[in-house]
Amino acid sequence: MVLAEHTDGQVSDGTYELIGLAREMAAALGGVTEVALLGRPDLAGQPDLGGRLGAADVVVCVEHPALEQYVPEAYERALLEVLAQRSPRLLLLSNGTVGLDLGAALSVRWDAPLAAYVSALGTDAGAVVATVQILGGKVLAEVELPGERGIATLLGGAFAAAAVAAGASGPQVVHIAAPPGLDELRMSLRRVVAAGGTDLDISAADLLVSVGRGIESQDNLETMVELADALGAPLSASRPVVDAGWLPKSRQVGQSGLKVKPRAYLAFGISGAPEHLEGMRRSELIIACNTDPGAPIFGVAHYGTTLDLFDLVPEIVDKVRG
Amino acid sequence: MRVVVAVKAVPDLVEEIELTADGAGIDREYLKFVLSEWDAQALEEALLLKDAGGAEVVVVGLADDPEIDQLLYTALAKGADAAVKLVAAAALGPPGPSGPRSADRAALLAAYLSAEPADLVITGVQAADDLDGQLPSRLAALLDLPHVSVVIGVEAARQEGGAGSVTVRQEFAGGRGHELQVQIPAVIGVQSARQAPRYAPITRVRQAMSAGGLSEVVVPARPVGAGLVVRRVHRPEQAGKAEMLTGSAPEVADQIVGLLQARGLVKR
Repeated sequence: MVLAEHTDGQVSDGTYELIGLAREMAAALGGVTEVALLGRPDLAGQPDLGGRLGAADVVVCVEHPALEQYVPEAYERALLEVLAQRSPRLLLLSNGTVGLDLGAALSVRWDAPLAAYVSALGTDAGAVVATVQILGGKVLAEVELPGERGIATLLGGAFAAAAVAAGASGPQVVHIAAPPGLDELRMSLRRVVAAGGTDLDISAADLLVSVGRGIESQDNLETMVELADALGAPLSASRPVVDAGWLPKSRQVGQSGLKVKPRAYLAFGISGAPEHLEGMRRSELIIACNTDPGAPIFGVAHYGTTLDLFDLVPEIVDKVRG
Repeated sequence: MRVVVAVKAVPDLVEEIELTADGAGIDREYLKFVLSEWDAQALEEALLLKDAGGAEVVVVGLADDPEIDQLLYTALAKGADAAVKLVAAAALGPPGPSGPRSADRAALLAAYLSAEPADLVITGVQAADDLDGQLPSRLAALLDLPHVSVVIGVEAARQEGGAGSVTVRQEFAGGRGHELQVQIPAVIGVQSARQAPRYAPITRVRQAMSAGGLSEVVVPARPVGAGLVVRRVHRPEQAGKAEMLTGSAPEVADQIVGLLQARGLVKR
């Protein structure tokens, strides 16, 4: 069972990745792939639904005005109803906002073990086994989800998307009545805030100079500003730098920031937490500088160096400036 | 409004992390533990609510967490009103690689909050060593409270006709957001505070230490389900993806500039 994520009638890319993975798991465990589609009547009733979620065997729809936009409590109650009625072996969620909201709560309420930050999922002698990334991707844990049901929240970009093309018949569509709990929610959506206007669009740049936790202090940022200026490239950053308030949110690369695909991405002092890699791994050329040779960033970089960035960066500035 | 901030010590990611010889976990002996960075954001958000008027901020951690006294005294120095260490009355379930799992943490906090209810529980949206999912929604489910995660701002709403509420901004990929009004009591998982976490001068931390003021509360350990079975813990296989550039800083700088020049991104 996959929870479909959708915004303004568009199903997210991540949903197709989850469906692709669910098909593999269904094949391995002997079962079918179901997608829970929570939302507006017009969305669930769209005639091309089969085309858009065509890789699923069954689409389970719950329709209710409270599900028009994602609201955590509404989704949780509707999904619990779906789980109660369909009793899937596995529930797959994205490890984004929706998975962070619902995964652990459903683990309690549906009484199923949860593996979070999953980068690989498979079976071993009938057991569901997940590889979980922890400690910023520096350590992997191989975990088994025991019992008759389980939940996994999957990292984005780690799995191939299912082909969207539908079979001749398309999926079977099942409608489930909205549970009464949707009429008595303890939260309500007041407004949707569009992605804000920014000082510059880092996703449009050919070259990005990106800085992470390894910069250590705001004062040291000057070193990176000089490099960015010398190269005529914008300065971007991983989440810790933005959370510390050293650079604005518009410069953040990663799952909660922007996804970028420049012709070259220079990563300085970035260890490569999964949520950061998700935002930049598709860059054409990645050059990473990190003193820890075991840093996960070297798993996606094309070129790497373990030199101290404070030794290396001034040298690059000198070369570029001639 | 009584605001409880649940905090956790996690291994410092700046340090190199060693695995135990049996491959079951990470070697904690020489590891430095620090406040989980998302919990630092959660504490800041709670202190901002206090600054705006009216919140009593109580910081709660597990007594067995490494460095917990230091973390709690620092929180007091930053402006928290009270700090509590929870002591489990019975053995916890199997640990995660670097300490008690989220399921156990949530159970202990739920026991504490059942006895000492809060109007609002604020904690980090996640922690770097969460294996079995995140604390906020697990805790909320145990207490049957509404919850919102990946929050980047909390404001107390006007008290209208009895039940209070808070307004929170929930963030999605790419910067889109939802503004939600949530009845309290509720549990909020904070991604980032409205401003960078404030700094506590070391003199103020020392003052807090000499004043004491950490209280211990013994809570029953609720049995949690069997949960995940950890088979092994290992380092990621790098698969030799990156070609490592060798040489002195000027030599490596030459190579990097050469790579950029070859793509026309730097003038020759």
